[in-house]
Formats: sequence, structure tokens, C-alpha cells
Amino acid sequence: MAKLIDRGQLQDLVARGAQLVEVLSAKEYEEDHLPGARSIPLPDINRESAASLDPHRPVIVYCWDSA
Amino acid sequence: MAPRAAARLELLGFTDVSHYKAGKLDWMAAGLPTEGENAARPRAGTVARKDVPVCSLTDRVGDVRDRARAARWDAAVAVDPNRIVLGLLRAGELAKDADMLIEQAMRPGPSTFRPYVPIKEMADYMTGHKLESSPVTTSDGKLVGLLLKSDAVKEAEGCPDCVRKMI
Repeated sequence: MAKLIDRGQLQDLVARGAQLVEVLSAKEYEEDHLPGARSIPLPDINRESAASLDPHRPVIVYCWDSA
Repeated sequence: MAPRAAARLELLGFTDVSHYKAGKLDWMAAGLPTEGENAARPRAGTVARKDVPVCSLTDRVGDVRDRARAARWDAAVAVDPNRIVLGLLRAGELAKDADMLIEQAMRPGPSTFRPYVPIKEMADYMTGHKLESSPVTTSDGKLVGLLLKSDAVKEAEGCPDCVRKMI
């Protein structure tokens, strides 16, 4: 099960090489996203899109809020 | 949405997946930078003046007024040691008796706004509610700066599409 992290933990993990993934729609990503994040909308998460991520580095997912 | 994304990635073999539960809203409310189409557009947090004088509840009105005037301000924000906003002093409050404590003179618990609010939205709200100035704070109440209506209106004129898109 994924670990729940806060903003400070996110910043620490990213500084240590974690990959940030925004799972909102591509349009929402284009408007605003966290620095360095890549866009993989939830419906598009599959083996092909996940291949763009390094499986040996931590991955952090986020959306708009806690929903 | 993000918990389902995390679960999906774990099923795909990722063993170190975290979920930033508070999400993009929390990030933006903290006044942190973003990338994307809206990143360069003026928002409450970018237009707010960061040099607004601050004071504590135990300061005296006269001292704060003198400091504010010396810095060419007619407003000040009362904060705690962590810069959490406690009150606002506009010209009327700063004109009160010089010996009065800020705690007695200030407007307690002023309405505050988050840094990510688009400037057109702020300009319209401040005009509609006759607010000359409003503190901009992070989601945990820390002062980012004081947004002046005049600044918001001026910036909004140059960015008529700076409004929030409902998500």
C-alpha cells in the first residue's frame, strides 16, 4: 500500500530522486503542475505509460487534493 | 483518484510508491512555484507586497505607525512569532491612540486569501467588497504579503483571462 506523505516529505523525496506523477487530466496538468512532475492521467496508467518511469526510483503520485 | 493511481502502479510492479495526499491544492496554497500555462500569470501571492510592515500583539500603535510611515505604508499586519496572521491594521487602526496595544487596535481575524487565487478574481472580489487591502496567507495561516486593491486591479487589467477554472 502506498505511503501517505506530506509536502515536506515530498520535497525531501524529490531532492533524493523521486519521480513525481500528476494523475489529473492532461489539461489540468498543462495549466499547473508541480515542478518536474510528469503527466500520466489515471485512465492512462498502464504498462506502456508506466514504462516511462524508472522502477528502481521512488514514485510519488498526486492529484488536486485528498480526493 | 491518486490512491487508485498508486494502487495501479503497485500492481504494475512499482515497490516504492507514495501518495502526496494534500495534492496540488496544498502545494499552491503554500505559495510554492508551479510549472505550466498558468505559472507566469499573476496571482494573489505574486502580486501581494511582501514588504508590508508586521508587528506583534504587544507592540504600541504609535511605534507601529511610525515604522509603517517610515516605510511609506499606511497598513501593517499583526502576526505571531511564526508569522501567522492575527490581525490587520489599515489607516484607521493606525490612527488610534499611540499608547494603545496592537491587540486592542487591530481588526482581528481578517479575511485572508490563498496565493494561487487568480488576480482578476481577487480584483473583482476586493472591488465588490470594498476591500482596500487583504492579507495573503499560506494554507497554515502564514503571511505571504498584503495585496492592495489598486495593485490587483492594475494587474487584472493586463490579464483579463486571469480567472480560476473550476476543476
